[in-house]
Amino acid sequence: MENQDLQLAITEIFPSAIFEEGSEWPTLTIEPDQWLSLAEQIRNQQTLWFDYMFCLTCVDWKTHLTMVYHLSSTKYRHNLVVKAKLDLAKPQIETISHIWRTAEFHEREVYEMFGVNFLHHPDLRLLILPDGWEGKNPLLKNFEDPINMIKL
Amino acid sequence: MDINTKINSEKFPGQIEELPGGGIVLSKLDDIINWARSNSLWPLTFATSCCGIEYMSTAGAKYDFSRFGFEVARASPRQADVIIIAGTIVNKMAPVLKRLYDQMTDPKYVIAMGACAISGGPFFYNTYSVVKGADHIIPVDVYVAGCPPRPEALLHALISLQEKIKSGYTREQIKSSSI
Repeated sequence: MENQDLQLAITEIFPSAIFEEGSEWPTLTIEPDQWLSLAEQIRNQQTLWFDYMFCLTCVDWKTHLTMVYHLSSTKYRHNLVVKAKLDLAKPQIETISHIWRTAEFHEREVYEMFGVNFLHHPDLRLLILPDGWEGKNPLLKNFEDPINMIKL
Repeated sequence: MDINTKINSEKFPGQIEELPGGGIVLSKLDDIINWARSNSLWPLTFATSCCGIEYMSTAGAKYDFSRFGFEVARASPRQADVIIIAGTIVNKMAPVLKRLYDQMTDPKYVIAMGACAISGGPFFYNTYSVVKGADHIIPVDVYVAGCPPRPEALLHALISLQEKIKSGYTREQIKSSSI
């Protein structure tokens, strides 16, 4: 599907969708609690068929966090970006690791680096960081490490 | 202090007296051992980031470090003489690097290639994960500046290491300039 048609199709199943202008792929911003139901629909609906998640990451904007999901369809070759704004004080969102299995370790990485709590994740623990880094979240802008870090 | 002026890397270390039907070599055994050792250094295939690409390029046909006796890159530290730290050393890699170095048989040499291996380089500030210089973990013989250094620079470092070995001085002697 072309971007324009994709945008229309998603607006149909999800009327409150807000699309960003001027990006290469349709970029959709949603509320975190809408994510799970949307994910299930765009994964399974025959005309959309987003069966491949190729990127899952997070951005620290200092005022809030943004989860970013990049989805693709191997059948139709169309792409979609979904963003969800999270509260910095208590960042949490539903896991989608049962929909796209690749998200299981992606979410573990975001969990250790940004401290986002993925609800109902089957195995939420540190991915790369060694033991003892629980709760330290080195990719947050306000992260301080007096032992290892030298400030400019 | 310049070691290069103290040694002549071109010639065989000793005198050859030509005699009818043969000859006699006059030299010190240490000098001959160092001369032989320096011309057959086996590097360990070890690279942790983009410096590894330059390292591979140096091994390739265009620059070809086999011209200087480095062609036998070994995948096992037990068979290697020199480890070229080509890339960033992170805190998780540090114990691995130490173990590799400990597994190498003496005499062993270390080249710190590029800014990351020298000081942490571009990752010196504001990082929680990078070791600020590989010499915090293992002793380094030759440092190569660059990010990453060009193959010519690595070749120069390898030749410098050879000259260092041929000179016969220990790392401590060279550092304290007692020669």
